[in-house]
Amino acid sequence: MKTTLTICKRELRAYFGSYIAYVLTALFLLLTGGFFYSWLRYFILFGGYVLPSGLWQQVFLDMRYCAMIVLPLVTMRLFAEEKKLGTIELLWTYPVRDLEVVLGKFLGAWLFYVFMLVPTAVAPLVFYTFYQFDLGPFLTGYFGVLLLGTAFIACGMFVSSLTENQVVSAMGTYGILITFWYITWNESVASVAVIEGLLKVSLFDRFLNFARGVVDTQDIVFFVLFVLYFLFLTLASLDARKWRGVGAAS
Amino acid sequence: MIQAHRLTKRFGSFTAIAEVSFRVEEGEIVGFLGPNGAGKSTTMRILGGVFPPTAGYARVAGYDVVDDSLRARQAIGYFPERVALYTDMTVREYLGYVADMKHVPAKEQAREIARVMDRCGVTHMGHRLIGTLSKGYRQRVGIAQALLGQPKVLILDEPTAGLDPEQVTEVRKLIRELRGHSTVILSTHILPEVEATCDRVLIINQGRLLAVDTPRNLNRRLRQLSQIHVEAQAPLVSLLETLRQIDGVVRVEATHTDHNVVAVTVLTDPTKDLRGVIAERVVRQGWPLLEIRPVQLSLEDIFLELVHRPDEVSVNPGG
Ligand SMILES: Nc1ncnc2c1ncn2[C@@H]1O[C@H](COP(=O)(O)OP(=O)(O)OP(=O)(O)O)[C@@H](O)[C@H]1O
Ligand SMILES: [Mg+2]
Repeated sequence: MKTTLTICKRELRAYFGSYIAYVLTALFLLLTGGFFYSWLRYFILFGGYVLPSGLWQQVFLDMRYCAMIVLPLVTMRLFAEEKKLGTIELLWTYPVRDLEVVLGKFLGAWLFYVFMLVPTAVAPLVFYTFYQFDLGPFLTGYFGVLLLGTAFIACGMFVSSLTENQVVSAMGTYGILITFWYITWNESVASVAVIEGLLKVSLFDRFLNFARGVVDTQDIVFFVLFVLYFLFLTLASLDARKWRGVGAAS
Repeated sequence: MIQAHRLTKRFGSFTAIAEVSFRVEEGEIVGFLGPNGAGKSTTMRILGGVFPPTAGYARVAGYDVVDDSLRARQAIGYFPERVALYTDMTVREYLGYVADMKHVPAKEQAREIARVMDRCGVTHMGHRLIGTLSKGYRQRVGIAQALLGQPKVLILDEPTAGLDPEQVTEVRKLIRELRGHSTVILSTHILPEVEATCDRVLIINQGRLLAVDTPRNLNRRLRQLSQIHVEAQAPLVSLLETLRQIDGVVRVEATHTDHNVVAVTVLTDPTKDLRGVIAERVVRQGWPLLEIRPVQLSLEDIFLELVHRPDEVSVNPGG
């Protein structure tokens, strides 16, 4: 447990010790802020809808894309960088479990995501000072964005453990996330039965309920399983060093 | 303290090391000598818990490196061949991180970090980012992190590679100072290095252990004839004749002639140092003596010797 925190601290140090944390946060805020502003304008100009479906749903649906664009850039370095630099070899000689390493890195990236997410609430809260809207659907949406991002991070960390090239790591994660996204706008191509099956595993559709302000335990369970599955895959991928070795040769 | 028993590591179909067995006793400093690709790093990585062997087993401080991996790793300090440290941290921050990773109790950390920084001469670099340090200083920080937590066993993979001569001497001194406190296994492909620091030497080539012995024994067993290189301004035939008459000289071979400078290799009885006599004879003939020096047995020579007559060298693996 303590080791997990040590590694998490070291990850946060890596993010905030360089300009990458600020560049990524700026990018994320720019995207989310832009979407919020345009949807808010849209809502005010063409109002008449209720707030949850009229504004929050649109804002949170667009936040998915912001997370999808930015999070692979957050997770790409987690293992790839250590493999490339060779620091991973020394890491394995310390008395730490693989699981602690995985959880520490995961937690580090996750906390960084929370750090990026917090300031996105500033604009809506300023809006709240003018107009006291119902906070329930708003918070549910954030909860959904947090869960969705957590799933992206788990997926990105797994891809990062497969390669020592950060570009490959980011691209691979985009590939997987876009595939999941593709499942959602593919309705007309396959039969109804297939679509219904696909929708069950689609990250993005699972998110829909949260965006609408509805919490369904099934959705939460889905995200938790998704994250656990990718954490498990990451552990399995790290295990490959036992037969493939470490260093430039691997 | 370290026990390797028939360690074998395969990467796919390639066998990096095969049936490597040896023991290192408590407090010993043992050198691991071999050419590029011999399997030194592979063996050390297994001992360091980076990856398990394909077959065989290893114990460090009594713990199996696979079955009791965490406890084995708690007992070691490891210096990797490729000194890769987190460049975005300062030296002190980094050592703090390592202290946490090695479970050094919080209240002992400050003292322990100060101790290893002092030991490795990086105290004045504590606040520098590792990324801005020279290679030599990075190497020292690498050694400092290995020493941190006072591990019983130190596994140092080429600790002096890439350092300037002065720093090489310093690192060797540092290692010698560890004698008695820690058990050390260090790899190198420089023969004088093991002679300077080690109690015993393991020689490995192409994944197989060729010899385990003290540096001096090894040298004595291998070196049936000593070689002396002589350069003088002299007529070749007369020089050869003069040198051959010296008692203890077995053979004289001309190696190089250039105008009136000749170079010869004198093979002599290894129990006698004939440099003085040779110099005296040459000078007495009125020939200017330009150079006289013993020819060190090179690593390559040792391998050739071992590969060609392995049975003449004692191999006494433990385990
Ligand atoms: N991960 C790996 N995958 C495949 N082959 C490997 C791997 N790691 C090492 N090898 C091979 O195993 C052999 C032994 O390598 P090792 O690094 O142990 O040699 P070494 O004695 O440390 O050499 P050097 O003096 O160059 O450091 C080499 O032929 C190397 O190419
Ligand atoms: Mg090596």
